[in-house]
Amino acid sequence: MTDTTQSYAPGTHPDLPPPSYSRGPIKWMRDNLFSSPTNTVLTLLGAYLLYLAIPPFLDWFIFDSVFDAGSRNECWEKGDGACWSVVVVRFSQLVYGFYPEHLRWRVDTAFILLFVALGPILYDKVPFRRYLIGFSLIYPVVAFFLLWGGMGLEHVESSKFGGFMLTVLIGVTGIGASLPLGILLALGRRSDLLVLKVICICFIEFIRGVPLITLLFVASTLLNYFLPPGTYFDLLLRVLIMVTLFAAAYLAEVIRGGLQAIPKGQFEAAMAQGLSYWKMMGLVVLPQAMKISIPGIVNTFIGLYKDTTLVVIIGLLDPLGLSQSILADSKWQGLSTEIYIFIAIFFFLSCFGMSGYSIYLENKLHTGHKR
Amino acid sequence: MSQAAARTMAQADPAQVAVQMIGVHKWYGQFHVLKDINLSVDAGERIVICGPSGSGKSTMIRCINRLEEHQRGQIIVDGIELTNDIRKIDEIRREVGMVFQHFNLFPHLTVLENCTLAPIWVKKTPKAEAEDIAMQYLTRVKIPEQAKKYPGQLSGGQQQRVAIARSLCMSPKIMLFDEPTSALDPEMISEVLDVMVGLAETGIAMLCVTHEIGFARKFANRVIFMDFGEIIEQNDPEEFFNNPQSDRTKLFLSQILHN
Repeated sequence: MTDTTQSYAPGTHPDLPPPSYSRGPIKWMRDNLFSSPTNTVLTLLGAYLLYLAIPPFLDWFIFDSVFDAGSRNECWEKGDGACWSVVVVRFSQLVYGFYPEHLRWRVDTAFILLFVALGPILYDKVPFRRYLIGFSLIYPVVAFFLLWGGMGLEHVESSKFGGFMLTVLIGVTGIGASLPLGILLALGRRSDLLVLKVICICFIEFIRGVPLITLLFVASTLLNYFLPPGTYFDLLLRVLIMVTLFAAAYLAEVIRGGLQAIPKGQFEAAMAQGLSYWKMMGLVVLPQAMKISIPGIVNTFIGLYKDTTLVVIIGLLDPLGLSQSILADSKWQGLSTEIYIFIAIFFFLSCFGMSGYSIYLENKLHTGHKR
Repeated sequence: MSQAAARTMAQADPAQVAVQMIGVHKWYGQFHVLKDINLSVDAGERIVICGPSGSGKSTMIRCINRLEEHQRGQIIVDGIELTNDIRKIDEIRREVGMVFQHFNLFPHLTVLENCTLAPIWVKKTPKAEAEDIAMQYLTRVKIPEQAKKYPGQLSGGQQQRVAIARSLCMSPKIMLFDEPTSALDPEMISEVLDVMVGLAETGIAMLCVTHEIGFARKFANRVIFMDFGEIIEQNDPEEFFNNPQSDRTKLFLSQILHN
């Protein structure tokens, strides 16, 4: 051990490693769990509460739960835990609603193709991205024919759609269609063209000022009075349009916030290089504005996704709508906890996935010094 | 009156004139920023514009590529008159490069992408060729090794040199510099000014708003002094700094030399 003070000529001091207590898990625990007496007490209290709560919950949720019963009474004979049997027995109904059983492969195909279509949009390292993007663009048409039928496929009424399939259908369509519309509305609202600007402001303020439920009622009832008699217009299609318009109005304001954060110098530099309005927006301004708006955009998407459950009010059978009919079945009465938890898990995973992707995207697009 | 000043008055050969401003006026609301500006810049000429802040220097050069609109008078850039016609504005902007006080690089693109964006999208240069040209100019401003980095990872002086390279990539006939060193630390000013002096013989007409006297002497063929939105005095650099004519110029020079 050399405790003597060593001196170095200016500029020759070697880089030493930081002391052991200021790095690694020990530092983390000192900083976060035991930084003061109060903090230490709270940490221990928290650990005790977790000890009280977690094991009984796990017992109910997994260890004592029943998967293979034919009714609620059978469940209670077999165990004290959750009766997941109701979910197992009614699983296909929760997923497909009343979609004809022999045609459900079409829903599965559309669902799998959805990921093929989303892949090249969400990740830029997908092989053959250039060609797959082409598929992404025609995917909506493919999905339409798969789900509704036509082109040689048997027709299915949209009133038979239901369950998670309906949630995903409304959610994905709403998200996919509202983003471009929202961008255009945001640009229109900042435009120098007065008429365009006024139209965009009126649209945004009107749609934002009305509850989604009202718009859904308009879609399901009032719209028929305005359309010429005899016009057939699928109810689900009307709902999709309303949900899209609703989300687009919110997105427009989120994106406008992002646009306002872009310094004037960026516009000037783009213009000074001779970029036209659309190239300036598309290549310089929007990539930056959208990056800033990611948290707000994802917030709106998650909101939209969860709002799809409101369609139960106009008679479409989303998972919550179906759960009511399942609970009305005398065999499964009173098992609302299990069904609602199952539905909650589905929504949580979907929304958490969106949130996770947005964080990945923010990190990927980060180009300056980090912190 | 010096030769340079006399030349402005005479009718110049149109093929040799890069920028001509005739009786240009501009107002911001009620405020009269530019008052009867008459200026002729020859092809390849290098002009330094100085003057107190608020004197209209920046506004004047920003009128040349229509970042500001003039309300009266004529501006003719490379033989094209600036009007509200969007096609003519685009045509002029293709010929005129601009370097800003705050660099205004695109933070979401790498240095190389910053330099190739306009050549690829405006001039339709093939990507590989645009990248070759960009690397040439990045070498010229002495930072080819930073090509793959993002602007946020560079120092101010490096960013401004990238901005100069970015403008050069469009092979402009005219370059505008709007206080290119005002936002830089003293250590970095000279690296940018050296690059600009190095551009002197490229045949590009350059208008530079700056207060760097030493640079003006090395760089400029002509120095213009502006105050209250007017061109007060113009002369070749030696005459201008050693023998200023008007009282306002003398006062201004004594103030900046004191600091």
